[in-house]
Amino acid sequence: MRNFSYVNATSIEQVPSLLGRSWDDAVVMAGGTDLVGEMKDYAAVPKRVVNLKSIEGLDYIRQDDAGLRIGALTTLTDVLENSAVSQELPVLHQAVSVIASPQIRNMATLAGNILQRPRCWYYRSEDFPCLKKGGARCYAVGGVNTYHAIFGSGPSYIVHPSDAAPALMALGATVHVHGPRGGDEVLMDDFFTMPEMNIRRENILRPNEIVTEISIPKPEANSKGMFLKVRERESIDFALVSLAAQMTVVNGTCERASLVLGGVAPIPWRAVEAEDYLRGRRITEARAESAAEAAVEDAAPMPHNGYKVEIAKNLVKQAVQALAS
Amino acid sequence: MSKKVHVQTTINGEAVDFLCEPRNSLLEVLRDDLDHTGAKEGCNNGNCGACNVIMDGRLVNSCCVLGVEADGCEITTIEGIGSAANLHPLQQKFLEHAALQCGICTPGFIVSAKALLDENPNPTEDEVRYWLAGNLCRCTGYDKIVRAVLDARNGA
Ligand SMILES: Cc1cc2nc3c(=O)[nH]c(=O)nc-3n(C[C@H](O)[C@H](O)[C@H](O)COP(=O)(O)OP(=O)(O)OC[C@H]3O[C@@H](n4cnc5c(N)ncnc54)[C@H](O)[C@@H]3O)c2cc1C
Ligand code: SF4
Ligand code: FES
Ligand code: FES
Repeated sequence: MRNFSYVNATSIEQVPSLLGRSWDDAVVMAGGTDLVGEMKDYAAVPKRVVNLKSIEGLDYIRQDDAGLRIGALTTLTDVLENSAVSQELPVLHQAVSVIASPQIRNMATLAGNILQRPRCWYYRSEDFPCLKKGGARCYAVGGVNTYHAIFGSGPSYIVHPSDAAPALMALGATVHVHGPRGGDEVLMDDFFTMPEMNIRRENILRPNEIVTEISIPKPEANSKGMFLKVRERESIDFALVSLAAQMTVVNGTCERASLVLGGVAPIPWRAVEAEDYLRGRRITEARAESAAEAAVEDAAPMPHNGYKVEIAKNLVKQAVQALAS
Repeated sequence: MSKKVHVQTTINGEAVDFLCEPRNSLLEVLRDDLDHTGAKEGCNNGNCGACNVIMDGRLVNSCCVLGVEADGCEITTIEGIGSAANLHPLQQKFLEHAALQCGICTPGFIVSAKALLDENPNPTEDEVRYWLAGNLCRCTGYDKIVRAVLDARNGA
């Protein structure tokens, strides 16, 4: 790991001035479960690390009429154990319950989870100076791309590794950002960015901005949610494919479906075609299958990851049927 | 070169001061500077749990924590859980059930299981298995470990 200086931030307002214009100047650290590994692998080489855990009051879960507000530094363990989350937002509760291990969830924060960097093995290896690290090529193209994206057209083929992000996106959550010019709010749907927009990053955050809160609107009545995740190992493992589904069903008819796939694209991937297909339709097995087909209509798998298309279809069918029953 | 940082912490109930570079993990500090070699380096990336310690009441992987983060914290390592003359019930049960072979994962498992029993003195087998998902063992096949933990529960 390259050495760096370490600063304990004391207020949100102070943070932008401790950060710099480039990600190589300074980065913030929350739980450190992703960042420390990234620095060990020289994927992140900041000159300064700004610890956010020393800021008071960024660790909370508050409920009001509008919904739930979760402070950026709330740990995944605290999200998992919160009764409002488990009762009203099962899709988020279930997603967090299958993230990593108890010890990682004890350290990892909710904001850190949606901001974690890619797990592409070329990105995480010092030996591969790929596009995402400022290099000239993507090694997944023509390389081993078993765990890479089936949606999007490059030039980087990472998958977004977060399980919480698809769940939050399915719930219509908003990310609260603080920068040199103050606070701002961005819908999760507008927060993540595809590689063609900025190959080096996965979201709109600038080097001197931080996330302070994630707010989740109260789901409408008759709306139900669930999270499904397929992984190679039943204990700690990232998703091969995951699905966060939130659906409003009245008398067997789908009024609204929110379906977000994880592990398949550089960002949490909203299955818009499937959502559109389901709206206003009575749910039957055949229609759940059609929705599944619609979800993968635009898939363009790489040589080693065609299996993800089948998993994605199965998850969509399974969730649509389960939430309609 | 970054300056070394002065860290004041409490380890197994004793006040400890050390100097470290910001890039040193807590695991490196414990093993290389403080002579607490009970915590092991397995994967060095958060997967195996061999480096587990309890920090301010929460189980963590010390390879993912920076040494500088220990400032002001209370840390329990395997060295603070029982002694050769006075084994912790978990240690006793691991021996009785032969829940180890090479032993490299054992300190992590004991620390992890202790954190579980501290919070939930009477876990079900499912709860034990779910909790121990963050600890890897390449030798035993886990069943003996799970049985040892179940046998160490209060009232078991
Ligand atoms: C062994 C292992 C298994 C894992 N398995 C899974 C899994 O199955 N599913 C899953 O979803 N994740 C998994 N993860 C990833 C883990 O969930 C993330 O590492 C964790 O959530 C990151 O949170 P953190 O607080 O530790 O972030 P940090 O490591 O502190 O930060 C992560 C990144 O986000 C930035 N950041 C953090 N907080 C903020 C903020 N408030 N504002 C701006 N930037 C910020 C940091 O600069 C850094 O780039 C796994 C990790 C490990 C080590
Ligand atoms: S997929 Fe992205 S991160 Fe992986 S090698 Fe290609 S450019 Fe790099
Ligand atoms: S050495 Fe820390 S988790 Fe493996
Ligand atoms: S006893 Fe050898 S790894 Fe567990």
